Amino acid sequence: MSHPTVLLQARQLSVIRGNRTLVDRADLTVHAGEIVTLIGPNGAGKTTLVRALLGLMSYNSGNLTQLPNLRIGYMPQKLHIDPSLPLTVKRFLALGGGKPAAINDALTRTGAAHLLEQHLQALSGGETQRVLLARALLRNPQLLVLDEPVQGVDVAGQAALYALINELRHELGCGVLLISHDLHLVMANTDTVVCLNGHICCHGHPAQVTADPAYLELFGHRAEAQIALYTHHHDHAHDECGELHQHHHDKSEPPHA
Amino acid sequence: MPEFLLLALAAGLGVALVSGPLGCFAVWRRMAYFGDTMAHSALLGVTLGLLLDININIAVAAGCLLIALLLVALQRGRQLATDTLLGILSHSTLALGLVAISVISPGRVNLMGYLFGDILSTTVVDVITIWVVGVLVLAALAYLWRPLLSITVHEDLAHVEGIPVTAVRTALMLLMALVIAIAMKVVGVLLITALLIIPAATARRLARTPEQMALLASAIGALAVVAGLSGSFYWDWPAGPAIVLGTTAVFVLSLLKKQTQ
Repeated sequence: MSHPTVLLQARQLSVIRGNRTLVDRADLTVHAGEIVTLIGPNGAGKTTLVRALLGLMSYNSGNLTQLPNLRIGYMPQKLHIDPSLPLTVKRFLALGGGKPAAINDALTRTGAAHLLEQHLQALSGGETQRVLLARALLRNPQLLVLDEPVQGVDVAGQAALYALINELRHELGCGVLLISHDLHLVMANTDTVVCLNGHICCHGHPAQVTADPAYLELFGHRAEAQIALYTHHHDHAHDECGELHQHHHDKSEPPHA
Repeated sequence: MPEFLLLALAAGLGVALVSGPLGCFAVWRRMAYFGDTMAHSALLGVTLGLLLDININIAVAAGCLLIALLLVALQRGRQLATDTLLGILSHSTLALGLVAISVISPGRVNLMGYLFGDILSTTVVDVITIWVVGVLVLAALAYLWRPLLSITVHEDLAHVEGIPVTAVRTALMLLMALVIAIAMKVVGVLLITALLIIPAATARRLARTPEQMALLASAIGALAVVAGLSGSFYWDWPAGPAIVLGTTAVFVLSLLKKQTQ
């Protein structure tokens, strides 16, 4: 795939609320079959940018294009369901439009088939994430948007979940846009890292981003050491490798971790 | 059975049937205080209806809806917490309603009837109004059931999956305004929320699916109407509060049952 399809592209996208600029002229592109990881410290605007990309909130300037009729599977960060709503996993997945056979397939694929009749409120963090991923899969997505997918999952479970996401992208040929503030485990399978702190500090292949001064300033040198352990998992290089862009921090407020 | 009691029963059962499923959404979406605010603003609708000489039910529904939309608009500001905004609107509209009614028709209006219900003076026209509106609301709930559940589970997820979240949410408010308008005759503006919340909360302890919970809430509401009207008939209790106490009694009884998931 020399020219993979562009699924979603934001150019110079800004989100301003009140007099605060939450996202400042961000560029971001997701191709089919590619994993793009959006990282940044808390309050960097990661979720805001993704919400704007999904049409959940309006943006103030820039432009946003996506493949016509793009099917998006979205996995929100958290699921807050009032305990007063009696809802099984099966029913929750049916709400997304899934037929019984498809629901079983999706749950099996995410390793959660045994949860079918469970009530949602009784699930652990890791189980909830697998059920949410199954709901995203039921859309037969061309693009998976995952907001902190391993939140509340133990370390072993995190690695397994990331491995699953990686397999799914190959199986479905879908693009994946991932939000994470957890760096070292994500890096292994990511094609492009976009580092956000209001504006985009740097982006490119993980190996290059981690050497970028803007990245080091944001996350410190300890992060670099952790990631180094995992970079050997990469057995191939991508076009994006050569395109490492760096913006200067000329804002009045310095970035803080 | 005397005719006034028969009419009261017909009115109460009609309201109980529709407030069951709607009350479930109020509980699931944590709209108890929101419902209260809409109900309190009903008195403003009454005033409006008297002033403009239009049907009180329509005026009340319109007034409630107006308050709900105002609240949604205010929430966008995000300066004050929602419960603070609700507190302001709820009591201001109630106070304004009380003042306005006393100004436009001093002594002419049965204020207690509006505040606590006047089910024993139900007319045939009231019963017809309640059942027509009730059936319409139930039909709308059935039609919108899945999108309503979807936005209750997760609004962003529903939006990404193509559900028109704002339209569905506005429809729910409209339905709630309509139910408040018809329930006012039965329990009055101060007690309407009880008829929405308590049967639904009771049903939660017995139900395993959303649909079971909605049906059970209707049944529990109906039971409370019968119990309340009996109390009113035999011991001369005020009917509206007696019906609310009926729901409370079933709720307390349900606490004896071990909680299901």
